[in-house]
Amino acid sequence: MSDSTTQNRLLTPFNVVAGAIVIIGLILTFIRFTKGIGSVTNLNNNYPWGIWIGFDLMCGVALAAGGYVTSSAVYLFGMRKFHAAVRPAILTGFLGYLFVIIALFYDLGRPYRLPYPFAVSPGPTSMLFEVGLCVALYFHVLLLEFFPAVLEWLGLAKFRNMIHKLTIGLTIFGVVLSTLHQSSLGALFLIAPSKLHPLWYSQYIAVYFFVSSIAAGLSMVIFEGFLSHRYMHDKMDDVHLEETKEIPYSFGKAASLVLFAYFSIKIIGLIADNNWHYLTTPYGYWFLVEMLGFVALPGMLYAVGSRERNYTLIKIASVLAILGIVLNRLNVSVICFNWKLPLAQKYIPSLNEVGISVFMITCIILTYRFIANRMPVLYEHPDYKDSEH
Amino acid sequence: MSISRRKFIGWFGAASGALLVSGKARASGKEFKGFPKSNGVLHDTALCVGCRTCESACNKENKLGKPDKPFTDLTVLKEKRRTTNDAYTVVNKFETKKGVLFAKKQCNHCLEPACASVCFVKAFKKDKTGAVTYDADVCVGCRYCMVACPFDVPTYEYDDPFTPEVKKCTLCKPRIDAGKLPACVEGCPKDALIFGERKKLLKIARKRIEKHPERYEDHIYGEKEMGGTSWLYLSPAKFEEIDMREDLGSKSTPELTHGALAVVPMVVGLWPAFLTGMYAMTKRRQKIALDEKNEAVKVATETTKATADEALKEALKKAESAKEKAIDSAVKKALEEAKKSEDTEEEE
Repeated sequence: MSDSTTQNRLLTPFNVVAGAIVIIGLILTFIRFTKGIGSVTNLNNNYPWGIWIGFDLMCGVALAAGGYVTSSAVYLFGMRKFHAAVRPAILTGFLGYLFVIIALFYDLGRPYRLPYPFAVSPGPTSMLFEVGLCVALYFHVLLLEFFPAVLEWLGLAKFRNMIHKLTIGLTIFGVVLSTLHQSSLGALFLIAPSKLHPLWYSQYIAVYFFVSSIAAGLSMVIFEGFLSHRYMHDKMDDVHLEETKEIPYSFGKAASLVLFAYFSIKIIGLIADNNWHYLTTPYGYWFLVEMLGFVALPGMLYAVGSRERNYTLIKIASVLAILGIVLNRLNVSVICFNWKLPLAQKYIPSLNEVGISVFMITCIILTYRFIANRMPVLYEHPDYKDSEH
Repeated sequence: MSISRRKFIGWFGAASGALLVSGKARASGKEFKGFPKSNGVLHDTALCVGCRTCESACNKENKLGKPDKPFTDLTVLKEKRRTTNDAYTVVNKFETKKGVLFAKKQCNHCLEPACASVCFVKAFKKDKTGAVTYDADVCVGCRYCMVACPFDVPTYEYDDPFTPEVKKCTLCKPRIDAGKLPACVEGCPKDALIFGERKKLLKIARKRIEKHPERYEDHIYGEKEMGGTSWLYLSPAKFEEIDMREDLGSKSTPELTHGALAVVPMVVGLWPAFLTGMYAMTKRRQKIALDEKNEAVKVATETTKATADEALKEALKKAESAKEKAIDSAVKKALEEAKKSEDTEEEE
């Protein structure tokens, strides 16, 4: 390990930056768990939820939707030609949820009581109970769905084949759980009509969150495909390269449909609540930026890109759509929350808070790279090439 | 796996029984109007002089932290304050169309509290005394209660790394249990706070409005807001002017989430059937496609074979006839030649 080539390979600019972030993250972690939440965040009594919930949890869960979207497309809806996309999508989904749970440990006042809602004093009238239960179950579903890759890596064929038989059942259970908690994350805010701006508060907010999570999942698969083709090309086998060629266009077409459906149900909500007059206020302009720039525009680019088979357009659309989801989740949980509060009292995350969020993203990327470099994710294990799924 | 019919019916019975029990609370459109004889406090802002005695009494009773400025310092009234970890109640000063008014803020002890509805460990409960209680022993610290509270009351100990708690007014439940008045009520020198049975307080409030319609707005705040609260308010000015929101509506908080929660079991019930159906259809389509492919291959092979056979036959036939012709012509030729030679022999 001490020869100079290995050292050069480890000292890439990416690794140096990632290493620095990890060190800062660990220091912040130490401060958080010894001095309390208040020592690293700008949270206050008006803003009990900041970016650790608004970004790490809300966006993390939405952007990890690629797992259930891809596995249901391939196994349930018959798009078997995209089979090669399932494992990377499941892996990202799994890591997404893993770090959502880890981020929750930072945000909860008493993280060591995480099992309390299930084991000690369940409060099933809470939307958060539903979210918690579904996320906990879905995390294990993803774990099982990814397990075959781990077992192939370890060479445990018998065990691998046993779990493999569960694929369809797990996929269905995963879709049920995802439908529930993706939508419930939106339904969390049904309780606060007096705090969330009317353009974002809606009786349909649960449906909005679910439908937009599908667009988020599709866009993430496209975007990740782009990244891994660029940086992990050597790990891919011919089957993967062949099967993933079509994905940007097919998934792009699907994402375009979903985004336009999402756009129209948002308009229906606007009509149902007769909220037109808010559109001419500053919050209204902000709403239009979100809806036109980050829903309609990527929807359009996806449509054109998939028709003309223009990969660049598809890439731009996926980035816009992902930013749009992030924007929407932050709008609902932070930016347009407490909209009646004077500007001076509004919450702006501290640098340390942002630091932890960046630390989480870095950890996801590093873990993904670690696993994809070792386990059969971007290629098929030679012993299992002919298996059904 | 085999499941006997009896076993299955047994499971079904147990499942529907569980459903019936859990559905009982909201069945038949019953409305919760509060526990009978539960208490409340009537705050008549027309009588409040902003002396902050209630704040000081609360601080002492709950052994809260020392304030930055002493309670006798009335300059703090200039700025708008909210509840904090060290102040379960605050008095604010307002310039209104009806002159200067003071209003006290603390937990309103809702009849159907948002905090209790959203707590996923049931740390908050509506007690029959009227108090909304908090149990720090189960609190996980998710702070959803603070997000949900329409009155911005609960606060959090962000600086405690290990055992942070949510803080809010307890309605002095321990004192009520001991037959005493809440500390703030006992401390009030001007009778701006009256403690008693909520129903009776409503009557008193109504009487005051009837007796002095010129002095009060015709609105008892808390009678209907968010499904009703144990604290009730009277005011000479519009409540909006003393920073009490009038756009909260009369729906109790559980009604806001009831629809979304009700969809959950439907998704659990229907989604697996729908998705399994999709899977079955996909599988069938794939099987049909495969069958059709096999059939097509078979037909193609057969046709090719048939054509080949035909061609072969044709070729054979042709060959046959050619052969016959050749034999014929050979025989003919032989005969002719024989005849010729016969003729020449005869000539000789």
